[in-house]
Parts: sequence; C-alpha cells; structure tokens
Amino acid sequence: MAYPMAAAVLERELVLYRRLWQASLLGSFVMPVLFLLSIGVGVGAYVGTVEGVSYLAWIVPGVLASTAFQIGVGESTYPVLGDFKWVRAYHAMRATQVMPSDMVLGRQAYLVFRALIAVTVFLVVAALFGGVQSWWAPAALPVAALLTVAVAAPVTAFAASIENDSYFALLFRFFMIPATLFSGVFFPLQQLPEVLRWLGYASPLWHAVELCRAATLGLPTEWPIAVHVAYLLLCAGVGLALAVWRFWVRLGD
Amino acid sequence: MADEPLIYARGLVKRFSRKGAEPFTAVDGIDLDVAAGEAFGFLGPNGAGKSSTMRMIGCVSRPTEGELRILGMDPIRDGARIRSRLGVCPQLDNLDPDLTVRENLTTYARYFGLSREVGRRRAAELLEFVQLADRAEGKVDPLSGGMKRRLTIARALVNEPDLVLLDEPTTGLDPQARHLVWERLYQLKQRGATLVLTTHYMDEAEQLCDRLVVMDGGRIVAEGSPRSLIGQYATAEVVELRFADEVDYSAKLEGIGRLDPLPDRLLLYADDGDGAVSEVHRRGLSPSSVLVRRSTLEDVFLHLTGRTLVD
Repeated sequence: MAYPMAAAVLERELVLYRRLWQASLLGSFVMPVLFLLSIGVGVGAYVGTVEGVSYLAWIVPGVLASTAFQIGVGESTYPVLGDFKWVRAYHAMRATQVMPSDMVLGRQAYLVFRALIAVTVFLVVAALFGGVQSWWAPAALPVAALLTVAVAAPVTAFAASIENDSYFALLFRFFMIPATLFSGVFFPLQQLPEVLRWLGYASPLWHAVELCRAATLGLPTEWPIAVHVAYLLLCAGVGLALAVWRFWVRLGD
Repeated sequence: MADEPLIYARGLVKRFSRKGAEPFTAVDGIDLDVAAGEAFGFLGPNGAGKSSTMRMIGCVSRPTEGELRILGMDPIRDGARIRSRLGVCPQLDNLDPDLTVRENLTTYARYFGLSREVGRRRAAELLEFVQLADRAEGKVDPLSGGMKRRLTIARALVNEPDLVLLDEPTTGLDPQARHLVWERLYQLKQRGATLVLTTHYMDEAEQLCDRLVVMDGGRIVAEGSPRSLIGQYATAEVVELRFADEVDYSAKLEGIGRLDPLPDRLLLYADDGDGAVSEVHRRGLSPSSVLVRRSTLEDVFLHLTGRTLVD
C-alpha cells in the first residue's frame, strides 16, 4: 500500500515540475558547468595537476557531488516549509490515504530524479571537456542519488519542525557553506590541519566526493568505499526516520 | 452493519497539552450518532470545539478519551481505510496554487489510488457540478473565494465518499458566493450524500441541516432539528426593539414575553409578534424602530449561552 501512495506524491511533484523545469535546469545544470569552466580552466591554469590529473578533471567529481548536495538541501527548505505553511499541500494529503511516510518518500524520489537529471547532463558536458577519465564514471550517478537523500532527508525533517523561515539562514550559514568549503570539492582535505579535516569527515558531501572521484578518475578513496557508502546510508536512514516522525507530529494535532 | 451509524461517539474528549500551562480541553465529553443520508451540523461560536471534533472524525487527530467509530471502524487502527471513504473540505483552503483547476482534482484522485482514467472522468463531472468547467485549464490563484471553495468541495468528492466533512464551508464568502455553495451542497444532499458540517452561521445551519448540535465550550448544549430547537428554546417570532434614549425599559416591558437586553437593542420573544408590538404601544412606549421577525437559531444560541454567535 505504501508504494502507490508515495508514487502519487511523486506524481504531484512531477506535474508541478513540468511548469518550472526550464528555470530549474538553468540553476541545477548551467551553473555547475559555469563553475567548472571558471574554476577548472581559470584556477586550473595556475594549479596545474592535483594527484596526477588536470585540475579541471580533479574538480569534476567535486562539482558533480555538490550539485546533488545543493539540490538536496535547497529543495528541502522553502518548498517543504511552504507545503506545510502556505500551500498546506501536506494537510490536503493527510485527509486522504497518503501517509506521512508516503509524503516523505515521494518527495525524496522527486529530488533524486531532479539531482540525477542535473548530474547526468553535467557529467556528459564534463566528459566533452576531458574531465572524465574512467569507465567507472556512471557509478557517480547512484552516489549522487544517495547523497541527495542523505542531505535532503535530514533537512526535510528540519524544515518540517520550524515555524519561521529565518532558521534557514542558519542552516545555510552553519551547514551548507562550511560543508561545501571543507568537503574536498576544490582541494584535497589533506591540505587542511587535522582539526578542520573533521568538518569534512562529518559532512556527507565529502564522502560522496571521495566516491565520485574514485568513479570518474579511478583514484583510490581516502577511506574504504564501504565506509563512505555506509556513512551516506546512515545519514539517509536517520534523516528519513526523523522526517517521517516530524511529519506525523506536525500533521497530528 | 446497515443500521450502524456512520459516526458513533461516546464521551469523546480532546485535550491539548500546552507547554508551561494547564492542558486545554477543546472537546469535553460529547456523544454523537450520525446516520447515513443525514445532513448533520455542528453549530457554535469560534472555539466551541467544532473543528477539533471534525479533525477527530476525519481521523487526523487522536481522541484523548472516549469512544469513536467512523463508518463502523476504529479511527486509530483503520485511519487510512476510513479516510479513503471520506471527503474533507477544510476550513483553510489548501488547493495547489501552481496546478490548474483540473490538475487539482486529478492529482488529488491519485491520493486515493484511483487510476488516471477514473481521475480524469471524475474531474470532468465534478467541474460541471461545481460550475467551474470553463475554468478547468486555468490556474487556481485568480479564482474568487467562492470558486476556490467550490473547487475544494469538488475535490472532496473525487473519491465518491460515503461521508463528506465540511468545516465552515462558507466562512469568509460574500452572500452571493455563499448561496452558490449552499445550492451545490443542497443538491448533494438531495442525492443522498451524508454531510457533516460545522458553521457559526445560523442561516447556514437552518438551510442545510436535518439535525444539529449546538456546541459551546467543548460541550453539546442542545440537539435537534433546526425547527425543533427553535420550538424548544425560542418562540415563533421575535420583536427587536430599539429606543432612541438609553433608558432601561425592561421593567415597563415586563410580562409581554421573555426579554433579552442586548447592548444596542431589546429582544422580545412572542409567538404573536404583532400582538406584542401592539401591547408595547398600548403601554405608551414609542421605540425608534420595531422589527418583527421569525425566530432563528441565533435566538436559540443566545438563549442557551447568553451570548451571540458572531462577535
């Protein structure tokens, strides 16, 4: 029973997406490509090679993972709070057979879909620029999907728990920006002093970047692959449980 | 099974715990029986416990105490099964503003596991029914309040519910829009639908309800058909008297009928309104305005609680 109802929630998101895909495509795919060109080519000219590959090729997996990361976080803030507070779409669903778990899973499925479109297009463009150097590159796609849920689910739980959107400023400032800066996207985490490295270890983004880098460049991961995957699964699992719980609470009394 | 009421409640209580304060009792031990085909109303002012009761009937909020059965099932164990047979029109609009009018219905149909085909067919029928067929491909935002409410009602019918719950269906609408909504609800009732609605409008309750309960402070203070309640708690007619000066005329009006002094007027209850007016004039009083009207549920409410419904 749980499956078709989550699919109905996904379907609503897709109907809505049909209206705004042009705008969202610009943000979720054109931006990372611009990033790649400006930093990869521009900064890359000074840097030369990192770990034996061109700087552009080296940052491709980082930018790829952070694209999924930003979709996961960004799309789980205002849109989720809005569907509680302003649209009240979740209240409408609550009056039907759709359960809170369906709402959460349907939304996550939609975000995975969004992230996969963005990173797939990005990966193709990056390959044209010579930024992909391993036949394992498609393995970056499931990693991006897993990362999306690993960050979207806990942020969804957060968005379902707050009344006021000003809390999102804290989330961006103290979670999203540090996570982007200290996750091995633009330089290896080993460049940092031990203390700051822990920011990366804690961030789901770093684990995904490590896995994506292994996929697109065939480089060894910092920790065993299973550990990186397990950490992402843990974030996703805990996040989903929290989100479903917060939805129940908010839609109860 | 056939005789089992669609809604059965005994000693139903809803209490909300509040941080650092005494728990608040919204619904304080009510009994209900609503049979199939009935149009049943909860009448009462804001805060009387109507919406809390509706949310328990809608299997969204858990009863704190008491027994509740909806469609013969337990709302906690069988919540999803019950909701699949309910149609809910909430007090606050929750239509999807970025979807078209039609998509609002077809998307909602999917929440009940209906096929796209069935969803499309019902959407077309229901848009005709609520007179929005010509707006089907338009957005929701530009619709007027009355149109949005009719769309919400159509949406509540998309799963062909056995029981339709309407929480203040016409609150905030202008008189013309209200009449259009009433017309649709009345037609629904004629088709044999079971309607449960809350309202703080007397005329709405009188128009639509076969039977109603008057709620105040979380309790049921009276129950019956609109006519029987008026017969029981009011007289056939009411005379509204206004005086130009601020003198208290209560003593001089003694004995004509029951009196209710309001801040701006005096209500005089009498089975024969014109007779009462003649008596007022015979006593040498000359009110600045006199209005004889039929008794309404407003008078019933005033009598039962000592307060008016809408402040």
